[in-house]
Amino acid sequence: MLSELGSDCRPLAGGHSIIPMMKLRLAAPEHLVDLGGIDELRDISVGGGSIEIGAMVTQHELLTSAELGKACPIIAETSALIADPQVRYCGTLGGNVANGDPGNDMPGLMQCLNATYVLESSGGAREVSAREFYHGVYDTALSDGEMLTLVRIPTPPAGHGYAYSKLKRKVGDYATAAAGVIVSMSGSTCQSASIALTNVGDTALYAADASESLAGAELNDETIGRAASLAEGITSPVTDMRGSEEYRKKMAGVMVTRAIRLAAERAS
Amino acid sequence: MAKTKVSLTVNGNEVEAEVDSRTLLIHLLREHLNITGPHIGCDTSHCGACTVDLNGKSVKSCTVLAVQAQDGQVLTVEGMANADGTLHPLQQAFMDNHGLQCGFCTPGMLIRAQRLLQENPNPTEDEIRAGISGNLCRCTGYQNIVKAISAAAQQMNMKEAAE
Amino acid sequence: MNEQPSRKEREAALEGIGTSRKRVEDPRFTQGKGNYVDDIKLPDMVHGDFVRSPYAHARIKKINKDAALAVPGVLAVLTADDLKPFNLHYMPTLAGDVQAVLADEKVLYQMQEVAFVVATDRYAAADGVEAVEVEYDELEPVIDPFKAMDKDAPILREDIKDAKEVGGHGPRKHPNHIWTWEAGDQKATDKAFKDADVTVKEMVSYQRCHASPMETACCVASFDKINGALTVWGTFQAPHVVRTVAALISPLPEHKIRIISPDIGGGFGNKVGVYPGYIMAIAATVVLGIPVKWVEDRIENLSATAFARDYHMAGELSATKDGKITGLRCYTLADHGAFDACVSASKFPAGLFMICTNSYDIPNAFVSVDGVYTNKTPGGVAYRCSLRVTEAIYMVERMVDILAQKLGMDPAELRMKNLIKPDQFPYTTTFGLQYDSGDYPAAFKKAMKSVGYDALRKEQAKKLEDFKAGKSRSLMGIGVCTFTEIVGAGPSRVCDIVGLVGTFDSCEVRVHPTGVAIARFGTKSQGQAHETTYAQILSTEMGIPAADIEIEEGDTDTAPYGLGTWGSRSTPVGGAACANAARKVRAKAQKIAAHVMEVSEKDLEWDIDTFRVKGAPDKAMTMKEVALAAYSNVPEGLELGLEAVEYYDPPNFTFPYGAYICVVDIDADTGETAIRSFYALDDCGTRINPMIIEGQVHGGLTEAFAIAMGQIIDYDEAGNVIGASFLDYFIPTAVETPIWTTDHTVTPCPHHPIGAKGVGESPNVGGVPAFSNAVNDAFAALGGVHTQMPHTAPRVWEHAKELGLVA
Repeated sequence: MLSELGSDCRPLAGGHSIIPMMKLRLAAPEHLVDLGGIDELRDISVGGGSIEIGAMVTQHELLTSAELGKACPIIAETSALIADPQVRYCGTLGGNVANGDPGNDMPGLMQCLNATYVLESSGGAREVSAREFYHGVYDTALSDGEMLTLVRIPTPPAGHGYAYSKLKRKVGDYATAAAGVIVSMSGSTCQSASIALTNVGDTALYAADASESLAGAELNDETIGRAASLAEGITSPVTDMRGSEEYRKKMAGVMVTRAIRLAAERAS
Repeated sequence: MAKTKVSLTVNGNEVEAEVDSRTLLIHLLREHLNITGPHIGCDTSHCGACTVDLNGKSVKSCTVLAVQAQDGQVLTVEGMANADGTLHPLQQAFMDNHGLQCGFCTPGMLIRAQRLLQENPNPTEDEIRAGISGNLCRCTGYQNIVKAISAAAQQMNMKEAAE
Repeated sequence: MNEQPSRKEREAALEGIGTSRKRVEDPRFTQGKGNYVDDIKLPDMVHGDFVRSPYAHARIKKINKDAALAVPGVLAVLTADDLKPFNLHYMPTLAGDVQAVLADEKVLYQMQEVAFVVATDRYAAADGVEAVEVEYDELEPVIDPFKAMDKDAPILREDIKDAKEVGGHGPRKHPNHIWTWEAGDQKATDKAFKDADVTVKEMVSYQRCHASPMETACCVASFDKINGALTVWGTFQAPHVVRTVAALISPLPEHKIRIISPDIGGGFGNKVGVYPGYIMAIAATVVLGIPVKWVEDRIENLSATAFARDYHMAGELSATKDGKITGLRCYTLADHGAFDACVSASKFPAGLFMICTNSYDIPNAFVSVDGVYTNKTPGGVAYRCSLRVTEAIYMVERMVDILAQKLGMDPAELRMKNLIKPDQFPYTTTFGLQYDSGDYPAAFKKAMKSVGYDALRKEQAKKLEDFKAGKSRSLMGIGVCTFTEIVGAGPSRVCDIVGLVGTFDSCEVRVHPTGVAIARFGTKSQGQAHETTYAQILSTEMGIPAADIEIEEGDTDTAPYGLGTWGSRSTPVGGAACANAARKVRAKAQKIAAHVMEVSEKDLEWDIDTFRVKGAPDKAMTMKEVALAAYSNVPEGLELGLEAVEYYDPPNFTFPYGAYICVVDIDADTGETAIRSFYALDDCGTRINPMIIEGQVHGGLTEAFAIAMGQIIDYDEAGNVIGASFLDYFIPTAVETPIWTTDHTVTPCPHHPIGAKGVGESPNVGGVPAFSNAVNDAFAALGGVHTQMPHTAPRVWEHAKELGLVA
């Protein structure tokens, strides 16, 4: 249906991005295709070394899934920081990752988790890594007629440390700056780290150099400071009511620092 | 614009209406069905004054199209009291604890609190505050709202224990 | 055998003054049966919506209605040209200026009303608005108020270009100047500064913000062509004022206009003024003969209805080296936006700013305020401000802290040293305000003891050491505020509205034969529970249980004339009218009781709800029994019936006061401020309903928190309004909102019939300085003197950075 109706047609998932835009008359699609009835898009499955989440799974379902909570607790921690309870009942994982809004939290998280997106069209399916999916503001790898249907996440190793640290003006706000961190520790040595940033650039940002810098490193003020500095270096936040570009850059560093510390604490 | 027929259950009653595909659920309720408990307080889906219970979830009815509620079960504040007219413990607790002043946010707040207590029958104060973080109030400063929800929770838990 | 209820039981049955009576408003609100303006549906009713200017300053070249008129459902598109034949394109403001109803030839602020589209439903109206084509020629805007009076500044108000004064406030010094207002003894004050040991001066700005009640402004206007009668339901805090203004500007006479304020979802001053939406709905219904509804959306509310504050105050204090304040001076630049629509008594364009000597015994003071026009939304007075009292108290409380810092004195000690002593009452301030009652030191001492002030200062010192030693990145701040505010506008010899009507208020009470009653008022609650609390005053005064008294407000056809509810005036003025009306009823009842019991009036004494014969207590008549007698058996020369009306012109304002203490912990690395505790002690005189007072304080403190920590309606250089939606405008949720500790003292007001002062605005007046002083205090020992509100995390972080505290 999407390919038939072309670019004048948008899929309707949770509706809490598209409908507010329509109310402000910033978007005026001729057609909306309601995905609400498609049960295949609502599954969560954990096993065989990976986690598969259907695009229509809501934030509330992510938050309350016992399976996910055990296998990958950073997901629930991040969901809880998105919007408010009502929005979380409706907002979907697919909606949050697919539209290319740099303010959304899930894209950064998925980059941190090295997730893969399954994109389907009437012509078939393909997979794109979350780290390669985002090109610019509302500009993603999705082509016309394509829809994101599934998110696949390699299950983080047992005993991993995790944290999603989000600085915001109030509950429900987009991030002034946020960092998602996954670490694997061996004593006080970090064996591997994965760091991604939210809302401090045109897209979510995977901090490859910062992550690399911690591999095999003793975690202390110096190494953590260096990782934070490297992460800050890739940011280009806009100046808005959340703060100046300089402030938000610095806050990205602060969030990275705090997320690394908290993740390390939680690792076993 | 062509009209669409939508049918759903609101507060236990089966209703039908003809709407545009762009008609919001809040307007279906307030304009077509004359259910004016839920209110409109903003235009960016922040304030929660429009909150209703749709198919077991607290939703902002200003951010849902009426057609999305097809075959749905909607509960608004008007449907909270018992059939015999006695009030829901939350309604009573709000009155007993001065949990409202101008009353504009109250319908959304009550319906949200009801679902919150179903999610979490024994919430801590912090959990209550997080649980109503999608409902803004300008009059009360929330303190007595939290007190009321806590009191209602206790009341409801006692009642359940007794049954 | 009937057991007579005890005195205690009879008193409890009254639920009178002092009882935490449950609200009679609550049953309808908790069951979704409130009656708000947007709930009103009338047959054939249509909807109106505005086309608004995208520019801050521009000429209108052309308006093309054709496409809009072709939109299905659109019935009419009105512009200023359609209003000109009726002289309705401008309306008078409550400040003595005029405001464009629809922009005529030029627009003066972004979001200004340019055209009004009427359509069959709100969706069609919005479609119509989108389709109206307007061509503009942009003009250079004036955004910085400090540049408004520059020699080469663009002239904003061409419509009053030649006017020598506005609102009768004296000569204008520039086309963008509105008025200058001054008070105090300039010579004596200048001398005090000259002779002082120590002086401090600081620019203290109170940012533009917005009261943002949960319900936006709206109305339904319905004109009955056959009877020539107009009915308007609307969000009006002052319905009678709206009726009189409507009569003055329209061809309809006042007795054919009925204004009804039903349930209002919060006002806070935002719903006092008359907005173009009301006028256009009225104009449209008169023309079309069918009801017209106008409901603004939130972005419109925040961008185009009355803002609050925007005062830039250069505050100064002079003092001895021992900390005795000898003088206060303040020059203020007031940004009024494009039209002066600031609600004020005609003699006081800067409201009651002269309260700025506050709770202190300051012998010399001089203030001067310049109001200027800019390309921003009109307004100014709103948001629990008691008419600029919030601005005045904020300025002086910041200055006192800054003076304390310069003197090396504890801010609480400095305050204690300067508080007016109880034996100085009644105290006349250097500006001529007569404070009638108060014990400021007792209140302040109680506050300090309750929070453990000395221990907090010790803790703060230790935390500062830890910070300096690099052991912690957290800074603790203690914010103190002592305040006296001025409410209950006001004596009609000094206070009036539109130069015509004094700010008295009224109560009309009628007792029915079966001993129950109804009372109507000229005030209008927007959540303050008048239906509950007025009945409590009446029950104590008349001996009829509150539950047996119906209270009505808001319908100008039935309510006695009043000036509405704003500036915490309902209790001081409406409450006084209420008590006095009840006393008139009781006085008449006493005559009737004496007559029926065949004794003389002076043989009777009043006992809760009963007249007893002195010395023969069994010979008694309850008020209920008297009510019945009033309709059949009254003494010669006295009329039948049992009712009274009181129009109360207050002899003075009232002066509620308080002492607030706030403790914060600031994360230096992010600039985030955590509110650890907030203690608020209020003295509002006699406390009618403690539960409701507590609720008012909670709500006011939450608004103060929002203002101090995050709210601002800002403009960029081009005049685009920034932050005017709930995406950015800081409305705290239950998560951010601190837990409030409330307390009180009681010093009854001697000139008020029941000694009450009012309390609604105090928490905003006292709250903002307490928060702001706390944030500033956290940096005071590290070189910080003053940082401007709102104290958002980025701003606090910048302040920390400037002080060299951030890496």
